[in-house]
Amino acid sequence: MGRVNNHSAAGVTALGWDVWNIRRDFPILKQKIHGKPLIYLDNAATAQKPHQVIEAVNRFYLEDCSNIHRGVHTLSERATKAYENAREKVRQFINAKSNKEIIFVRGATEAINLVAQAFGRTTVGAMDEIVLSSMEHHSNIVPWQMLCEEKGAHLRVIPMNEEGDLNLDKVNLPFNERTKLVALTHVSNAIGTINPIRKVIEAAHLRNIPVLIDGAQSAPHFRVDVQQLGCDFYVFSGHKLYGPTGVGVLYGKQSLLERMPPYQGGGDMIRSVTFEKTVFNELPYKFEAGTPNISGVTGLGAAIDYVHSVGLEQIEPYERSLTQYALEQLATYPWIRLIGRPRERVSVISFVVDGIHPHDVGTILDQEGIAIRTGHHCAQPVMEHFGLSATCRLSLAFYNTREEIDALVGALKKAREVFSNDGA
Amino acid sequence: MTELKQLYQETILDHNRAPRNFGRLEAPGLQRAEGFNPLCGDRLTVYLHLEKELIRSILFEGSGCAISKASASLMTATVKGRSIASTHELFEAFHRLITGAGTEQDGFVLGKLAVFSGVCDFPSRVKCASLPWHTLMAALKAKETPQPVVSTE
Ligand SMILES: Cc1ncc(COP(=O)(O)O)c(C=O)c1O
Repeated sequence: MGRVNNHSAAGVTALGWDVWNIRRDFPILKQKIHGKPLIYLDNAATAQKPHQVIEAVNRFYLEDCSNIHRGVHTLSERATKAYENAREKVRQFINAKSNKEIIFVRGATEAINLVAQAFGRTTVGAMDEIVLSSMEHHSNIVPWQMLCEEKGAHLRVIPMNEEGDLNLDKVNLPFNERTKLVALTHVSNAIGTINPIRKVIEAAHLRNIPVLIDGAQSAPHFRVDVQQLGCDFYVFSGHKLYGPTGVGVLYGKQSLLERMPPYQGGGDMIRSVTFEKTVFNELPYKFEAGTPNISGVTGLGAAIDYVHSVGLEQIEPYERSLTQYALEQLATYPWIRLIGRPRERVSVISFVVDGIHPHDVGTILDQEGIAIRTGHHCAQPVMEHFGLSATCRLSLAFYNTREEIDALVGALKKAREVFSNDGA
Repeated sequence: MTELKQLYQETILDHNRAPRNFGRLEAPGLQRAEGFNPLCGDRLTVYLHLEKELIRSILFEGSGCAISKASASLMTATVKGRSIASTHELFEAFHRLITGAGTEQDGFVLGKLAVFSGVCDFPSRVKCASLPWHTLMAALKAKETPQPVVSTE
């Protein structure tokens, strides 16, 4: 099957969207796995990189490599400019008020840990409470658990229902005078639910409780406006947004960031140092100790440029129609069980195949060149909620096609054949 | 499809579908250990009843993929009635087999367990096949000291 040359009508829309053209930007998609064309459906784990990003990283090392904020020489000035330009691109991307509110970190995980350390340790005390949801990624659970352990504080959890939506009636919003922070995922990485975070943020703000939003799975899929949402912190990872690994963003309201002590000490985050006293640098540098991931930040800037060039207003409807198609195809077969039916979702779909463990499904699909994620997706509480230890998860990007979903369904049928050899 | 066939051999599918020695052993003086694969969240418990140096009875329970379930099933069927020393030898041969370092001699020792020879072509699945064995090793020691949960990490 000549998947890539088989231009489907569905892949080219009236708006001028041409998925086959877009795929040419992603060199990795041309390769074969076990002799079959690669079908990459594991985008929630990490997205592939367009050559525009790869070239931006390369260009940094080939032409501009230097440390930033330090030298007066040309290369350092170029590198500093590229780094700070990327900060401005991120600011615009999420519509933050000021560049001072954009802190570069290693990824969503480090951003959450930064807030747990710098904000949490100075704000949360014994018997205080932090509110999470039951669909958090482990990286938005463990840092808070560690903080609670240290301070003698407690976690409260917003439950979810059978469909995989949060139960947001008043009874289930466990806010009280001891609540010091809400940490909530915008989108579930395990079942794709888009949470109505505005509602939670508004309810929390009525009680002056700050809210951290884990945007690792929302930033790649639709437009996020942190001022409109009103969240106090918003975190995401560059690598899920078509950028390099090892770079991510913490957005924080300036007033909160000003009050927080530094996260790590070192170079760049200081204004002056003597053995008696250190004066910390201003925002955002106060939170960027040491030489940062300069090439990664530059690459993230290029990734944001790339997403703009494709256009989120194009990406969103295309991904939505592709998700709809995938859901319909999978629902055709009684031996496939979809996990969660959230009201609003992104292109992340969990399912199980009757009688075949997700790991076995994953191995068989890989032989067909198809990459999906199998396991608990770092969200064991979600698995527990559905009474499972693992699921198969496909997660689509705007370079995926209907043909690839057809191939996935074909490979799932093959898995059934492999397992029915013994007449089961 | 050939590597897949080699992995999911008839015997493995059969033991996955109808695992032998599946269940919970309740007996005074039994030894048990729990195994956990953090990569996939799979859990398994091995229950043993030893008589002197012999494995008198062995059962397992838990959830897992076809490879780990079949491995636990075939393992229990193979070591039942064996001495502890020969069980250790068997484990060593099995480990060499699934990591692609098996010898001809191992083939004789392993008998039916040789159906796991395909696992070595799937590095991400080696832990699935070895988890039951690591858990068994922990259960054998369980008498001396309480065993922590065995993890494949
Ligand atoms: C919802 C969510 N939060 C946080 C993370 C952690 O991101 P990273 O590993 O890039 O720090 C992920 C990644 O899988 C995620 O899906």
